[in-house]
Amino acid sequence: MSDLYTVNKSPFETNSLASCLKFATAGAAILLLEDGVYAALKGTAVEESVKAAMADKKVYALGHDIKARGFDESRVIDGVELVDYAGFVDLAEANDKVQAWL
Amino acid sequence: MSEIKKFMYLNRRAPYGTIYAWESLEVVLIGAAFDQEVSLMFVDDGVYQLTKGQDTAGIEMKNFSATYRTLGDYGVRHMYVDKASLEARGLTQDDLVQVAWEDWETEEEVENIVEVVEADKGAELLSESDVVFSF
Amino acid sequence: MKFAVQVNEGPYQHQASDTAYQFTKAALEKGHEVFRVFFYHDGVNNSTRLTTPPQDDRNIVKRWEELAEKYDLDMVVCVAAAQRRGVVDDGEAQRNGKDATNISPKFRISGLGQLIEAAIQSERLVVFGD
Repeated sequence: MSDLYTVNKSPFETNSLASCLKFATAGAAILLLEDGVYAALKGTAVEESVKAAMADKKVYALGHDIKARGFDESRVIDGVELVDYAGFVDLAEANDKVQAWL
Repeated sequence: MSEIKKFMYLNRRAPYGTIYAWESLEVVLIGAAFDQEVSLMFVDDGVYQLTKGQDTAGIEMKNFSATYRTLGDYGVRHMYVDKASLEARGLTQDDLVQVAWEDWETEEEVENIVEVVEADKGAELLSESDVVFSF
Repeated sequence: MKFAVQVNEGPYQHQASDTAYQFTKAALEKGHEVFRVFFYHDGVNNSTRLTTPPQDDRNIVKRWEELAEKYDLDMVVCVAAAQRRGVVDDGEAQRNGKDATNISPKFRISGLGQLIEAAIQSERLVVFGD
């Protein structure tokens, strides 16, 4: 029994990612999208917290949003899986419900 | 469809600076007619929605804070407040309103349905819900 | 899978409406059902027929209209939020004495009960906002 948590704001703009990580349960799927994808990049001040979350949760990022913002797969934290909108739909279906951490 | 769902309204924004707090309350009020199992959760700046003594005369905006105290009459059985969010803001439960609840059939009364909870409890409550509304 | 989608922000100001559209489109293309798209808060502004976006950029309102046309999508705009923000259909214009309407015919204005109903009837509620 696990949910899909979506985070669409940059971790440097709001605390939505941090709060989401506090409230996400083990086994959860976390999808970073829109400005939230900045948390998926290597070398940021939040990289460690994202990697720590990956110990018991699966982290995804919307590939199109990363590309739009000028980055490619090589800049993404290892283990963060890129998905497209169809993949987003699949995640919403595969998990019990969606929690939007706006 | 007679299945009753567990609704959780996730409130993370302060009142007045944006409209989310008020318009999310409007959903709760309308939702009462649908007889689902309703809880509210206040996290981050959402905890500010419940502070006592809100006086909006000077900013000339509608003061909707009194509405929270009536939520017991609108089918809301639980209002959870994240402890860490309160503490980060220098608040305690004493700073928050009390909301009474009564079951009209059994006449069971609860003096205050506002409950401060730790994050892991909050996480569990969100996880157990069937639907989470975000604003 | 039966989805319900909630859009909390208006066109262009935030990416919410774009992402909601892409999600809804992907879901429909996969053969899922989207029970309703409910526009709340500034999201009601997605329903105006009066936008003139630049030619070299996406036309958000038109995109939603075309999706609704193709898949018979129910796109609902919350009446209270619409009244507050001046989104008006014929009924609202008459009831509230307005001298104009601005809503696109592919959207319908209705109550918050439509959001609650969508949450009850669908299997997944997906919310897009700021």
